[in-house]
Amino acid sequence: MNELVQIQRKPSGKVEPIAPERREFLKNCLLASPFLVAIVRVAAQQTEGAANGEYRPEDHFYGMGIDISKCIGCGRCADACKTENDVPRDPRYFRTWIERYIITTEDETTVSSPNGGIDGFPPAVSEKGILRTFFVPKLCNQCANPPCVQVCPVGATFQTRDGVVLVDEDYCIGCGYCIQACPYGARFLHPVTHTAEKCTFCYHRVVNGKIPACVEVCPTGARIFGDMRSMASPLTRFRRFNEITVLKPQLNTQPKVYYANLDGEVS
Amino acid sequence: MQVLSEQLPALLQQVSGYIYPNEFELHWGLPVVIYPYLTGLVAGAFVMASLDRVFHVKAVEPAYRLALLTALSFLLIAPLPLLLHLGHPERSYEIFLTPNPHSAMAVFGFVYAWVLIAVVLLTIWFEYRQDLVMWSQQERGVKRLLHRVLTLGATDISERAVEFDRRAVHFISIVGIPSVLLLTGYAGFMFGSVKANPWWSSVLIPVVFLFSAIVSGIAMVLILNLVSGLLRQSLDMVCVDKLAKFLFFALAVDFSLEVLDFIHRLYESDESIHILSQLISTRLFFSLVILQALLGTLLPLIIIGSVAPVFSSRALIAVPQELRRLLYLGAAVLIQIGIFSMRWNVVIGGQLFSKSLRGFTVYEVPLFGLEGLLAGALLLALPFFLLYLLIQILPPWKEAGSHTGQPAASGD
Amino acid sequence: MPQQVVRLGIVVLILGAALVTARTYLIPETFGRLGHYRAVALDANASRPMVYAGREDCGVCHTEQAEKFSVARHQTLSCEVCHGAAAAHIESPSEHKPPAPRDRGYCPLCHGYNPSRPTGFPQIDSDTHNPGQPCITCHDPHAPEPPNVPQDCSACHGEIARTKAFSNHASLECTQCHQVNERHKVEPRASLPTKPKAREFCGGCHGVGASSPAEIRRVDLDSHWPRYVCWQCHYSHYPEVQ
Repeated sequence: MNELVQIQRKPSGKVEPIAPERREFLKNCLLASPFLVAIVRVAAQQTEGAANGEYRPEDHFYGMGIDISKCIGCGRCADACKTENDVPRDPRYFRTWIERYIITTEDETTVSSPNGGIDGFPPAVSEKGILRTFFVPKLCNQCANPPCVQVCPVGATFQTRDGVVLVDEDYCIGCGYCIQACPYGARFLHPVTHTAEKCTFCYHRVVNGKIPACVEVCPTGARIFGDMRSMASPLTRFRRFNEITVLKPQLNTQPKVYYANLDGEVS
Repeated sequence: MQVLSEQLPALLQQVSGYIYPNEFELHWGLPVVIYPYLTGLVAGAFVMASLDRVFHVKAVEPAYRLALLTALSFLLIAPLPLLLHLGHPERSYEIFLTPNPHSAMAVFGFVYAWVLIAVVLLTIWFEYRQDLVMWSQQERGVKRLLHRVLTLGATDISERAVEFDRRAVHFISIVGIPSVLLLTGYAGFMFGSVKANPWWSSVLIPVVFLFSAIVSGIAMVLILNLVSGLLRQSLDMVCVDKLAKFLFFALAVDFSLEVLDFIHRLYESDESIHILSQLISTRLFFSLVILQALLGTLLPLIIIGSVAPVFSSRALIAVPQELRRLLYLGAAVLIQIGIFSMRWNVVIGGQLFSKSLRGFTVYEVPLFGLEGLLAGALLLALPFFLLYLLIQILPPWKEAGSHTGQPAASGD
Repeated sequence: MPQQVVRLGIVVLILGAALVTARTYLIPETFGRLGHYRAVALDANASRPMVYAGREDCGVCHTEQAEKFSVARHQTLSCEVCHGAAAAHIESPSEHKPPAPRDRGYCPLCHGYNPSRPTGFPQIDSDTHNPGQPCITCHDPHAPEPPNVPQDCSACHGEIARTKAFSNHASLECTQCHQVNERHKVEPRASLPTKPKAREFCGGCHGVGASSPAEIRRVDLDSHWPRYVCWQCHYSHYPEVQ
C-alpha cells in the first residue's frame, strides 16, 4: 500500500516515523479540542457565576427529609413558620403543622393537632392502652408532579426549576381549585389577601443560602433540608441511609418530602 | 367563608374526628352549588328544545322558543355565582388571557363564550330573525328601534333567506347539543378529575352531572310551560304530555347511573368507604336520602310513570287533565329540589369530610354576605326576571310574520 | 353570500379584533418566559424579608456563647428557638433585643414528659421536678447538663420508675437486672447499662427449680415458648400486662 508516512524529528536530531496509534491519538485530540475548549469555558462560566454569588435555580433541586423517630412534638417549627412568613395566627391557617397519632391496643387510631401543634401537645391519655404514639410534622410536599399546578386555571401557581412550588399572589384569582386538588391539605386561602397560600420552603431564605425557618429551629434535627442535585447535601445522606416513605404515593404526586420511620397509620 | 372569631370556638367544637387544620373552612360554598345547577338548566332546556329541530319530535314544537329563552336567561346569570365566590373577581378576565391548558376550570371561559355566542344567541337570532324584521316594520317607538337593532341589518325575508334561517337553526342545533353537554359535562369533569377527593374522583360523575342537567332542564321547561299556560289561559296538552314522557326516561337513566355509582362504591369498598358511609348516614342523610333520592327522584318517577302516557299512548292511571297538570307541576318542582340537592351533595359533601379520611368539618350557610342564603336566593330568582324581560323583547308566542302576517289574536 | 352571513361576519370580526387587542395589552409582560406563569412572581417570592437570622450569624458576635454552646447538650439547637427571630437584631442590635424565656413554662414545651415523645429524649414530670422554680435556677440553658449527679435512676427514667411501681416487679431495684457504671449518670450515652440477654436470666427467679422466694410465679422454661426471649411478650417493667 502506498501510505503517506508521517515523520517526526526527535530531540537528538534523528528523524523517525510517528507510530500509527500515536497518529490516531493526536488526530482525536485535534478533533476533540473545540469540545474541550467549550466544556472548559462553560465550567469556567459556571464557577464564575457561582463565584459571583449569582443564584442559579437550575443547579438545585430541593426536598425535605423528616425523621419521625426524632420529632418530639414541641411545635417550634410551626411557630417559627408563622413568624417567618407572616401567616395569620388563626387556628384555621397553617403552612406546616404537627399531628399526633395515638394507636390503642384495640387498633383504634386517634389523630389530633391542637392549634397545629404550635402550643405543644397535652400528655397522651387514652382510656384503652396505648400501643404506639408519635408525632408527624406535615407541610406542602412540593410534589414533582403537583396536582395543584395542574388545575390552576390562570397560571398563578407554578413549579420553579429548583423544585419549589410557589404562588403568584398578585395573579391568583382565589378560585380555590388548587386547595381542592391538594391531597395533603397543605393549601389554604389567606383571609386577608384572598389568594391561595402554602409552604414555600422559605424560598426567600433558600435562594440566599439559608434553610427554611422550620428546619432552622427544629431542636432535634427531625427536619432535614437539602439539595438533591448535590451529593454532599444532608438530604442525600438522609435518603441513602433511611427507608423512605412518602404520603399517598398511589396518587402519583411524587412528593419531595421524604419520611423516615413513618408508621403505616399515617394518612 | 366569613366566620367571626367569636363563633370560631363553638364551630370548632362541631368538628368531629380529625381534619387537616386547613380543611376547617369550605372554599366552595352555596354559589358553587348554584353554578352547575344553572348551567345544567341551560343544557337541559337547549337539548329539549332541539328535540324538535334536530330529531323532529313535532309534539314539543310549541315549547321551542320558550325553551330557547329559558336557556339564554339561565346562561346569562350563570357566571354570577362564580364571580361571587372568587377571592378576586376583578382578576377573573385572566382566565381568558392566560388559560392553563391542563386545567378543567380554564375551559370554562371558552366553552361558556362558545355556548353563549355561537350556540344560544345564534340560534335565537336565526329563529327570531324573520319575526324581528316584521315586528320592526309594524311597531312604533322603543320596541321598533330595539327590534331593528337586533336584526343586525339583515332584513331580507324572502323565501330563500327564511329557508336559510331554518337550515341554519337545524345546523346550529346539531352543533349545539354536544356544546351544551360540554358546558355541563366539564363541570362534572372538574370534580371527577380531582384524585385527591374520593367522593368526587369517579368516572361516573361527569355522566351523572350531564343526565341530571338534562333532567332539570326538561323539568324546568315543563314548569314554565305549565305556568305560562296558566297565565295565558292556553296550553298545548299534547306537548306537555310529550315533555313528561321525555322527562321520565331521562330521569330513569339518571337514577340508574346514580344507583350504579352507589352500588359500585359499596361493592369495591376501598379505604374511603368508612368515612363516605358516615358522610351519607350523618351529614348528608337529609339532603341525599330524603331530598335527592326519595323526594327528588323516586317519587317523581312514580308520579309521572303513572299518569303520563309514557309506555304507550295511554297512561297507566287515567286522570283528568287538570289533575295531571298539577301532578306534573308537583313532580317537576320536586325534581328541581332533587337536582339542586344533588349538586349540594356533590359540592358540599365532598368538602365536609377530611382528606385524612378521619373526620368531618362543619358548614353553615351564612344568611348575609356574597355567599349567603339571601344572595343565593337572588341568584336563583334572577333568571326568571330576566326571562320575563326576554319574553317582552322576544315574545315566544306572538309569531307575527311566520304564517299569516297578522298580529296574533291572543294577548301577550 | 346570504345577507345574514355577511352581517354576522361583521360582528365576528369586531369581536375578534376586540379579543386580539385585549390579549395584546392585558397579558402580563413576563408571562410565559419561564413557564406558564409570570416570571416576576419568582422574584416576588424570593425577595421577601427574612425574619429569622440563622444560627451561624449569632456566633459572629456572640463568640463566647457560641463556643460554650457548641460542646454542650443543646448543641443541635438554633439560638432562635429560645430567643426568637433575630434578623432585626442583626440589622440594628441595640434597637431589637431578642427576649430570653426565663419562666418555667418554656422548657417543658420540649422537656415535659409526653408518651408520644421518642424514648431516650430527656423528659421530666413538670409537676414533681423542682416545682415552682424556674428551670434556669439549676440548668444553664447554654450548657444544660444537670448540675447535680442524679441519685436515683428515676431522676431521668421517671416513666419507667412510675410504671414499675405499680407492677409485680415494684420491689426490685433497677440494678437487679441492669448492670450500670457510675459514668452513666454523668455521660449517659457514653456508658450504657446492660440488659439481660437470655431466658435463663429471668429463669433465675422464675424457673421451676430456682432458689427464689416461693411467692414468685414459676414457669417451666423448657416448655414455655422456648423459641422466644421472655421480654418479647412480657414487658419487664410491668410484666403482668399481656
